[in-house]
Amino acid sequence: MKNDILNQSVSQKSPPLSVQDLWVEYKIERGMVKAVRGVNFDLRKGESLSLIGESGCGKTTLGLALIRLLVKAATIRQGQITYRRDGRTTDVLALKERDMRYFRWRECAMVFQSALNAFNPVLRIWDQIYDTIKAHDGMSRDQARESALRLLGYVQLDPERVIDAYPHELSGGMRQRVLLAMSLLLDPQILILDEPTTALDILTQRTILDLMKRLKAEMGFSMIFISHDLSIAAELADRVATMYAGGIVELGPVNDIFYRPAHPYTLGLIRAVPTVTGEFEDLVSIPGSPPDLIDLPSGCTFHPRCPYTTDRCRAEEPVLTLYEEDHAVACFHSDQVRREADVMWKQQDHHAAGDM
Amino acid sequence: MAEYLIETRNLTRTFGSRREKVTAVDNVSLGIHEGEVVCLVGESGCGKTTTGKMIAGLLQPTAGQVLYRGRDVWAQDKNSFKDYRLGVQIVHQDPYASLNPSHTIYQILSAPLLHHSLATDRREARERVAKLLGIVDLTPVEDFLTKYPHQLSGGQRQRVSVARAITVDPSFIVADEAVSMVDVSIRVGLLNMLSRLKEELGVTFLFITHDLAVAKFFAWEGRIAVMYVGSLVEVASTPQLVNDPLHPYSKALLAAVPEADPVLTRHKERVRLRSQDIPSLLDLPSGCRFHPRCPFFEEGLCDVEWPALAPVGDGRYVACHRAAQG
Repeated sequence: MKNDILNQSVSQKSPPLSVQDLWVEYKIERGMVKAVRGVNFDLRKGESLSLIGESGCGKTTLGLALIRLLVKAATIRQGQITYRRDGRTTDVLALKERDMRYFRWRECAMVFQSALNAFNPVLRIWDQIYDTIKAHDGMSRDQARESALRLLGYVQLDPERVIDAYPHELSGGMRQRVLLAMSLLLDPQILILDEPTTALDILTQRTILDLMKRLKAEMGFSMIFISHDLSIAAELADRVATMYAGGIVELGPVNDIFYRPAHPYTLGLIRAVPTVTGEFEDLVSIPGSPPDLIDLPSGCTFHPRCPYTTDRCRAEEPVLTLYEEDHAVACFHSDQVRREADVMWKQQDHHAAGDM
Repeated sequence: MAEYLIETRNLTRTFGSRREKVTAVDNVSLGIHEGEVVCLVGESGCGKTTTGKMIAGLLQPTAGQVLYRGRDVWAQDKNSFKDYRLGVQIVHQDPYASLNPSHTIYQILSAPLLHHSLATDRREARERVAKLLGIVDLTPVEDFLTKYPHQLSGGQRQRVSVARAITVDPSFIVADEAVSMVDVSIRVGLLNMLSRLKEELGVTFLFITHDLAVAKFFAWEGRIAVMYVGSLVEVASTPQLVNDPLHPYSKALLAAVPEADPVLTRHKERVRLRSQDIPSLLDLPSGCRFHPRCPFFEEGLCDVEWPALAPVGDGRYVACHRAAQG
């Protein structure tokens, strides 16, 4: 029965997840918050795709929409989310709520930012794991415990100790690892992680980052991770999508995004973030502040803060189009941005070279 | 030794009851010169905020001293202590919690001026407030005077907090994670504004942060002090610390921190720790507190004797038996 959701039609070699023209809105007193606006992307098999952007850019809403965990006030206005596994195709937005529950852990699992809030404080880790398995799989109690222990060991925890602990007995990093283990329990094809290391200390964060790399390499799932922190994207991503005001404004391979950005907002973010080791870099802030998602600027949503703005930007919203191989940008002035980025990196290389 | 503006000597603070005592800050000795920027970095719970509060005069030390221009702050009479509290201001992390939501920006900024008789009448107060808003780049001033904190963005609110801190013309500001809650694109603007205060008003800074990148940017010409479980483990000039850390904990931090540069971050040399667990303040390891995790641990030395923070030349200080051996 629960496999029904996967056998709707057969398609050939295609990405595990395709999102087409997705729009999500929240209704609040002041009006409609346009949190996700016409988002298009594919998640490729085995890749890690990073959604970067600042608070309120719609990245978490997008993540929640993918597994339909949006709050009541939110509506998916239009769009298509297509999931594929083993040649079968699923229309995620058409799934019944009961099937959606299976989909959420077996096909596409999500790990949230706040590892403490994700647990029930009065249940031991084992009870929470068993609840999850019970709800989603026909595994026997013994089998379930065995695979839980195996996964806890896999995320470098002491399985026997952790499985009977209460959430408050574990540190933040340990809880985040328990969540990772739980999310992988039913062998999902896709893992969505929302700010997976934001609340953690540097050394703990490093453990989780290394662990995520290893898990992905060994288990072969595809990963979407959402972060405001560019350094996490630089560390983990195969491809990066920059989000601004609910839309993806740039999408490309991680090295293109960092070294050859073609959207002024991406370039602005990179110029605003210092590296730790190495020479001193001058940093430039982006003027103004992110737009109100209820009352968006005309044309390109970034135009009030952009140094390249022309009349066209004020009147017309650029769409995400292929700029060069595998690298898409939504900007009328990409060539100019690219030249600026080249100058920036040349200056930094010059620094480094002069220092040797 | 040169004269410090602020100096702590064996500064210690314990919390809890007699039965269960936690030493949050343990024997911290640190001198800050006039006009200098010192960044206090460390992970959550390491005692950096407690240290900042004691220096700002908001929390009484259990032991040790805070000296301001050579005078023991906590041993002064009431009036001198009040002067000290005016001369040293603190900017908190959360501008949502530190500004009174029912007061306008004008009220928030004029209250300290009128209270401390720094402005004689309302007209003068208004002029001073306008000038303060100009200093923190909240212009045109008229747009902000009658606004309430909730009508401002996080970055603007933090600028109001900074403006409030400088109403009383402090010589020293403790900034506790002052830019941590602000978005990346706004953060640099705030840091540059703070740097300007340092240059134009000659303010001395103790800048508390968990973010090494921010510490490096803000204190490039100053120093970084690294704290671990209540104690200082290394103090060095910022370029020295980020490029050539001496303490194993500093080394581990710099090796672990991800960088916003894919090639750089993926080719960093790792420091392999012996354990991932941060020690509990209730059950501290013997000897050096980092020894259970330290890859350079030497049995019979590091687990027995607590290394004191000692000068190693070049104006640097390290608390490590192994680093001292070279």
